[in-house]
Amino acid sequence: MKPNDVILQSVTKVAVVIIFTFSIYLFMNGHHNPGGGFIGGLSTAAAVVLLYLAFDIEKVRENIRIDFKKLAALGVLIAVCTGLGGVLFGEEFLTQAFGYKELPIFGKTELTSALIFDTGVALAVIGTAVNIILSISEDR
Amino acid sequence: MNNLLIMPVIIPLIVGMVLIIFHKNIVLQRALSLFALFLSGFIAFVMMNQVREKGIQTLQLGGWEAPFGISFVGDMFSVLLVLTTCIVSSCCLIFAFRSIGEKNEKLYFYPLFLFLIVGVNGSFLTGDLFNLYVFFEVFLLASYVLITLGGGKKQLRESLKYVFINIVSSAFFLIGVAYLYSITGTLNLAHLSFRIAEAGQDGLITTIALLFLIVFSLKAGLLLFFWLPGSYSVPPTAIAAIFAALLTKVGIYSIFRMFTLVFYHEPQITHLMIGILAAVTMLLGAAGATGYMDVRKILTYNVVISVGFIVAGLVTMTEAGITGSIYYLIHDMIIKALVFLIGGTIILITGTSDLREMSGLIRRHPQLGWIFFIGTLSMVGIPPLSGFLGKVFITQGTFETGYYWLGGIGLLASIFILLSMIKLFMNAFWGETILSEDEEKGSIRGLLFPIALLLVVSLALGIGAEGIQAYIAQATEQLLNPSLYIEAVLK
Repeated sequence: MKPNDVILQSVTKVAVVIIFTFSIYLFMNGHHNPGGGFIGGLSTAAAVVLLYLAFDIEKVRENIRIDFKKLAALGVLIAVCTGLGGVLFGEEFLTQAFGYKELPIFGKTELTSALIFDTGVALAVIGTAVNIILSISEDR
Repeated sequence: MNNLLIMPVIIPLIVGMVLIIFHKNIVLQRALSLFALFLSGFIAFVMMNQVREKGIQTLQLGGWEAPFGISFVGDMFSVLLVLTTCIVSSCCLIFAFRSIGEKNEKLYFYPLFLFLIVGVNGSFLTGDLFNLYVFFEVFLLASYVLITLGGGKKQLRESLKYVFINIVSSAFFLIGVAYLYSITGTLNLAHLSFRIAEAGQDGLITTIALLFLIVFSLKAGLLLFFWLPGSYSVPPTAIAAIFAALLTKVGIYSIFRMFTLVFYHEPQITHLMIGILAAVTMLLGAAGATGYMDVRKILTYNVVISVGFIVAGLVTMTEAGITGSIYYLIHDMIIKALVFLIGGTIILITGTSDLREMSGLIRRHPQLGWIFFIGTLSMVGIPPLSGFLGKVFITQGTFETGYYWLGGIGLLASIFILLSMIKLFMNAFWGETILSEDEEKGSIRGLLFPIALLLVVSLALGIGAEGIQAYIAQATEQLLNPSLYIEAVLK
């Protein structure tokens, strides 16, 4: 019998948008307040896993065409290469830099190199977490 | 500040990540991973000369001053070990090109191999106890996967033991770190050394020192080696060789670091304990090596003997003893990779690891036989080969300080090494040739090159001992004077 998951699927469609928004909020909040790449990435991964649960794996794979192993590797690469940025300017590895800039919509905004690093962390966490769930689910 | 210090950790990491993205392109995988190891080795060589000229090099990550930030410290001891690691792992990697099999190559063998090197190099270079734990986990995780690579039944059984043992010892490690932090309030090794010297090493700290001794003994195979012969004999040859050459040595390195830099105030308790462990390890290892008739078992028990012997030099805490240990440690990393690669090749040719079922290999494979023979002589410590100086200095150190029993057992163990290796040599290489060319189970084409390369390195270490004497002497001086390390980090 085919399971009836209309409720799960309808709720997921709404909830995933909310979770994604919240994880972006957590991610951007991370520089000065609780949050950051790790927790932002983890909640994004939660949303993706929810999609996998509500719809089946093949269907999500058709729509999100990302190899999560490669995403994780890319994340670590971004994070480590941000660290190497400091080396190029003759500072210690992992030295961070920040500055304030007038941007069109946001006004005066703090731009930091730590944000790029955090993006890497987030991608690595998303890739790893989703990958773990996928490997477990494939194991019959 | 010296950014080169982080490079032997970062380069394999970056390349490993790139290789995950391109995991189908085998030629690229081989070329890039070898390039990463060569580059790291070259950087280690440059660092070695920097340390020689300017003393201990440090790097405070992100510019956060020690003891608040994360320190990387390169003293001569660490840098020499990083250099040896890069050389040995390059040779094992070249061996893997022809022996590991295409299926494993596509199953992320090269990235995992590089992550293993990341962990090992990181453990050697970090100046922070918690980071030591993290780097231990990095190479352990890589080794968990590598040991099961191929997924044979035996491999899965042994890897289960290996994983359990290491999870337990990692838990103890973390508990020890927590105790130490709650007592001293710091985890930076230099700062720890400074604070313990200031406050005195009381009974509580000595107990924690013994807890760390248990943890590192499990990793190094010092007495607690019951897991080692099983798990080192199941993975593919190139992986077994890199395990035998590097993983126990990281444990030995940690014992050296902790008991020369941090817990050196109560040698009559801690160092005596290490001495007893070393003696028992050598005796048990000798019994195992002579008792078995299986190529891989004999070789793994020889790993155990050498662990005991290297640590015996630490017990003395004299210049001669430590110098000997450093010589022998470097020698042992090279020679263990060498004999494991040869052992694996023998098994590849004959299709069995039972000594009784092989004979007369020297007729068809003279180079292999003679390289093995020279390796054996080197392990026993025949001058001018590389094992000689280590043995002389360690024995001298033990006799100078009155540990006659320890030195005696060390020499006795050497005889058993000779006995077990000659047994292997006679059974495998002498006698009637029972396998004709077509009956051999595998081809050794391309496998001799990395083996010969390791032999050349080993010979260079033995004959050119005079040339590296200055480096080793500096490493000894830095190990025996913790103040040099502390000043370099906390200046």
